[in-house]
Amino acid sequence: MEQFFQQLTNGLAVGSIYALIALGYTMVYGVLKLINFAHSDMFTLGAYLGLTLLTSLALTDHIGPLWGTVVLALMVMGLVAMVGALLDRVAYRPLRESPRLSAVVSALGASIFLQNTVMLIYGARYRVYPHDILPRVALDVFGLQIPLVRILILCASLTMMAMLYIFIQRTRIGTAIRAAAIDQGAARLMGIDVNRVILMVFLVGPALGGAAGLMVGLYYGQINFTMGWGYGLKAFTAAILGGIGNIPGAMLGGVLLGVVESLGAAYLSFAWKDAIAFCVLILILIVRPTGLLGERVAEKV
Amino acid sequence: MPLLQVNDLHVKYGNVEVIHGIDLTVREGEIVSILGANGAGKSTTLLAISGIVRPFKGEIRFRDVFIHKLPAHRTVELGIAQVPEGRRIFGTLTVQENVNLGAYVRRDAAETRKTEQWIYDLFPVLAERRHQLAGTLSGGEQQMLAIGRALMSQPRILLLDEPSLGLAPLLVRAIFQTLKEINASGVTIVLVEQNARAALKLAHRGYVMELGRIVIEDSAEALMANAEVEAAYLGGSGMEEKQG
Repeated sequence: MEQFFQQLTNGLAVGSIYALIALGYTMVYGVLKLINFAHSDMFTLGAYLGLTLLTSLALTDHIGPLWGTVVLALMVMGLVAMVGALLDRVAYRPLRESPRLSAVVSALGASIFLQNTVMLIYGARYRVYPHDILPRVALDVFGLQIPLVRILILCASLTMMAMLYIFIQRTRIGTAIRAAAIDQGAARLMGIDVNRVILMVFLVGPALGGAAGLMVGLYYGQINFTMGWGYGLKAFTAAILGGIGNIPGAMLGGVLLGVVESLGAAYLSFAWKDAIAFCVLILILIVRPTGLLGERVAEKV
Repeated sequence: MPLLQVNDLHVKYGNVEVIHGIDLTVREGEIVSILGANGAGKSTTLLAISGIVRPFKGEIRFRDVFIHKLPAHRTVELGIAQVPEGRRIFGTLTVQENVNLGAYVRRDAAETRKTEQWIYDLFPVLAERRHQLAGTLSGGEQQMLAIGRALMSQPRILLLDEPSLGLAPLLVRAIFQTLKEINASGVTIVLVEQNARAALKLAHRGYVMELGRIVIEDSAEALMANAEVEAAYLGGSGMEEKQG
């Protein structure tokens, strides 16, 4: 039982990281119908910028580990958001009127470019996060010893997802994002500036992806310039699992994938961890081709 | 000064010119109908006025502002609303959310509430279904929602593209009756229609388009009596009556 709950909470933490990344894929897909392949590099960039800021500013020494990490996370999110907006401006906006395949190729190119930029700046070897940022303690939760960092990751990602949900559901610009995802032409006729909506999506998505990168650095302690590939693929899977374009779907898909993978690794085989994740994807897509929440209300004619 | 003035409008899709220099005038308070067959360029003309497609040549003036270079969200702010062909409601949002989106450019909450009340008075069925997903409405209700949503931006001029499409005759009559009420409340209307008879009954003036050009411009009564129009767009029933 002990092992089950340890794996479950681990799965929830990893899953919420997948969910944060998946939100970036699904939001961009919703508005632009484009798979932003460079999104996985926003995640990598978050991990590396986090490392740089950690070692150069030593925030945690000045204002304590908790607030230091919060400020650090906000800085990383802000910086990665700016890179995201720049990515749209340079790689996608010039191709807005072009066939969709051109933008996909541009996305792949941008991804290779960003990945290699990170490699040239930071080197190709694994880099290690300082391991004394957050206290290495375990908290007692209902008799279960759970590492503090795992709890913090869960709380932080759930908070961010809740804030995103409120932003999308309750604010003016959030409603505009939903409208533009359903029908861009009709959204423009409502007076919605679609370019602003796209900019917003390219700020929010990368900010969440960057935060996820920082979390992985803090959780596992080591990062590499190719780390975006594996996590990006899993998060993309999660987005499809939940129904691509659907925001609650990405959250659900991410958490579900993390839990299944973690339990599968523990009880079936660790080596088959990825295979288990993708088998779940295949099974769910056979039963529900639109993903778990990707439901389409039929338009009456 | 006319409310809306289109001068020598040319529109190209890629390299193909589809509107070959049309002139159009709409005065404050009018209902103007644009008739024509499929592919005549009626919808394109409305999209150019709204700023969704960019004219290749020519000018469009709304009151004293040249709008042919403005993006769509600016024309909505100025007071031009469009009910697009096929309604284009947001099916996975609720009726209320659709209505709210119509008022996206309006910041005055009190005014918006008043407009919303007016729209729910015009279309009581929408008020009953405000929490329902818009995609679950019937075709006629969706058309009402599309009109109500457009009115939420408090437009000076309302452009409608084929509001009768796919609706039963009784519903068409009801919707056209409502358009008359909307016009009486001070909103100028431009109506693109294939249902020429219903459109001309409602309109003050009309234009007939053919292959990207305006071929006839006249008052609604004159157009109804025009033998050419009758033969081409009113089903030629007039000819039979004359023979009989």
